[in-house]
Amino acid sequence: MTELRKRGEGGGGGDIDSTDNISDKEADADDRLGLQGDAEGECDDSKAATPDVPLSTADADHTPQCLNKALEGLPPRWKNYWIRWVLSIAMISGFVPIIYMGPVTLILVVMIVQIKCFQEIITIGYRVYHSYDLPWFRTLSWYFLICVNYFFYGETLADYFGALVQREEPLQFLARYHRFISFALYLAGFCMFVLSLVKKHYRLQFYMFAWTHVTLLIVVTQSHLVIQNLFEGMIWFIVPISIVICNDIMAYLFGFFFGRTPLIKLSPKKTWEGFIGGFFSTVVLSFLMAYLLSQFQYFVCPVGFNSETNGFTVECEPSDIFVMQEYTLPTAVQNTLRWETVNLYPFQIHSIFLSSFASLIGPFGGFFASGFKRAFKIKDFASTIPGHGGIMDRFDCQYLMATFTHVYIASFIRGPNPSKVLQQLLLLQPEQQLSIFHTLHFHLREKGMLPSSAE
Amino acid sequence: MSSLMLLSKVMIVQIKCFQEIITIGYRVYHSYDLPWFRTLSWYFLICVNYFFYGETLADYFGALVQREEPLQFLARYHRFISFALYLAGFCMFVLSLVKKHYRLQFYMVCISQVTLSSYSSAPALTVTPIHCLFIVPISIVICNDIMAYLFGFFFGRTPLIKLSPKKTWEGFIGGFFSTVVLSFLMAYLLSQFQYFVCPVGFNSETNGFTVECEPSDIFVMQEYTLPTAVQNTLRWETVNLYPFQIHSIFLSSFASLIGPFGGFFASGFKRAFKIKDFASTIPGHGGIMDRFDCQYLMATFTHVYIASFIRGPNPSKVLQQLLLLQPEQQLSIFHTLHFHLREKGMLPSSAE
Repeated sequence: MTELRKRGEGGGGGDIDSTDNISDKEADADDRLGLQGDAEGECDDSKAATPDVPLSTADADHTPQCLNKALEGLPPRWKNYWIRWVLSIAMISGFVPIIYMGPVTLILVVMIVQIKCFQEIITIGYRVYHSYDLPWFRTLSWYFLICVNYFFYGETLADYFGALVQREEPLQFLARYHRFISFALYLAGFCMFVLSLVKKHYRLQFYMFAWTHVTLLIVVTQSHLVIQNLFEGMIWFIVPISIVICNDIMAYLFGFFFGRTPLIKLSPKKTWEGFIGGFFSTVVLSFLMAYLLSQFQYFVCPVGFNSETNGFTVECEPSDIFVMQEYTLPTAVQNTLRWETVNLYPFQIHSIFLSSFASLIGPFGGFFASGFKRAFKIKDFASTIPGHGGIMDRFDCQYLMATFTHVYIASFIRGPNPSKVLQQLLLLQPEQQLSIFHTLHFHLREKGMLPSSAE
Repeated sequence: MSSLMLLSKVMIVQIKCFQEIITIGYRVYHSYDLPWFRTLSWYFLICVNYFFYGETLADYFGALVQREEPLQFLARYHRFISFALYLAGFCMFVLSLVKKHYRLQFYMVCISQVTLSSYSSAPALTVTPIHCLFIVPISIVICNDIMAYLFGFFFGRTPLIKLSPKKTWEGFIGGFFSTVVLSFLMAYLLSQFQYFVCPVGFNSETNGFTVECEPSDIFVMQEYTLPTAVQNTLRWETVNLYPFQIHSIFLSSFASLIGPFGGFFASGFKRAFKIKDFASTIPGHGGIMDRFDCQYLMATFTHVYIASFIRGPNPSKVLQQLLLLQPEQQLSIFHTLHFHLREKGMLPSSAE
């Protein structure tokens, strides 16, 4: 250990010796404190002394009584498998009616999932650092959660509720200075954190502060990306989520039947056969699902807010990517299949890219979560879902997928939002507006949208 | 060329701060030998900087970007490229996880990500084409530091906060008032020079930077009617001010009242990890991070302030977006704009 330290100090530019006041022993002791209680992976032993900390939720068994009775006779391993399968089917079939209930329900569900994930991760932090009793900390974590949500929902909703916002005075003020207000709210939390620093607990408080922020970055930011994807069209919400679920299931099945070569040390149950088999089957299945869903306006149209009926509408002229087009196959394929052209929705081609990402890069999100669980010696994030673990366990791959989908849409699909562009246009100086006007005029005349001599 | 120099100075400061914080992490966790970790930290730093500076530079060098094919591609798919680069780093992190060091590796990646998100976005967002809006906030923070120190030295009695025992209420309040006054004067001085007030533009003919323009409204002297109470005291009816001076009052108030919390945060951090200074790069002062801890909060505030209250949208960006829309949408915007300009009298009613 001394060797390591010396080298570290030397490498720091030779300036560290004079300021190295770290009491290394104390640094070690703090870490050991964090690690000790988790030797078994469950914190119950060390928790006996602090009754306020919630029991390690990963142990609590939430399996419903009826399931328990039905599976009484089976050996524990099979019982576990059955519970897992029953819950999987329950979750997927629960997903379907939620889709039919419309965008508002979906947004609510995303928000509930986000809050639950946030809570699970923060609770783990408390257990790891025995910091449940830090002054103000619970309040501050929830406060930051509310601030960040306010910021994101404000940005998203202000666009979609544009008409409503224009009518109400207070909403207009909130919308115009939205960023400043969000920033001020965040700053208030920051100042409260600084004021809450207590002499003996500095390090713990900084850990928890960092923990909260990283959780916010990962969980909250990405759940808002999910909602923005949703507004683009429900298909952009359903297809990525289904692709990830499909890949999970297919990789599991292929691994179960053909699995031989382990994939990565982090997750010993994953195999190369499962990985590759999952990849091909997911691409094919999502290709078909894209074909099915592209036909319905309900899925394909951007969600709009109708200010007369004060409700959400999903009606529109489907955009180009959802209109069947004819593609000429490359000659090689032509000779094999003896078809010259094929009719596809362009969206199906996009789905190939989405599913490739989900199968090849998506699993890294799962490995990251596995590494995290091993690092902090926990078995599952929580045990909200019997047989599966916490909500976070189900959604760890989804977050990476959601971000990718959002960036994909923004880069390759979505053009700018016309009402936003108009808004910005009206904020410019009159001379700038005039010059843009002339450029636009020229452009439209070239395209033949405007007759040359009309105004 | 001084714009580029500013940009590079900001970048150097940011890199140095990042290095100081990461080095502290190494020392605290004895994790200097973690596999891949040094490479990964620098890789993430480069990725994040590529993302933030790419957006800024694409604006500055708009004309140049239009001409060169590869630059156009990079600019158009900038976000996707940055995201892909970041993902590659993420996958490399996951692949580098080593059995005995999971926790340390997660700590270190956490430190680097938090540092990057807070300290890399701030500088890139504030490097604005208008020098005034860059120099003034930095000077205000430095001024507040010095003034608070002097007032504390001569009149300091009541301690301000347990975290920093050397700070006093007298220093805090004295610093506040003197900073507001001094920055008011500085804003007056700087607003008179085009060099500070005009956005730096890239002139594609001369392939150089130009700072010439018609100063925007906030840098044009205006006459303000004083409220009646002040009128009776000073026996002036109106006063000539640059609007920018009024903005400077808000900026300096923030720097004096809320800015110090950035310093307290850094003090708490140093006490938590039991270090005296972030590094000793500057003799007598400590590391770069020690000098810049308050600046970051100020930089973020200035950015939000400018975006909310001062800067309108960027016209070339708006035009860019306009040309990406569907023709029907363009047509409808065209008609709305036409109506709007006619109302303002910018266009004669019967012209095309």
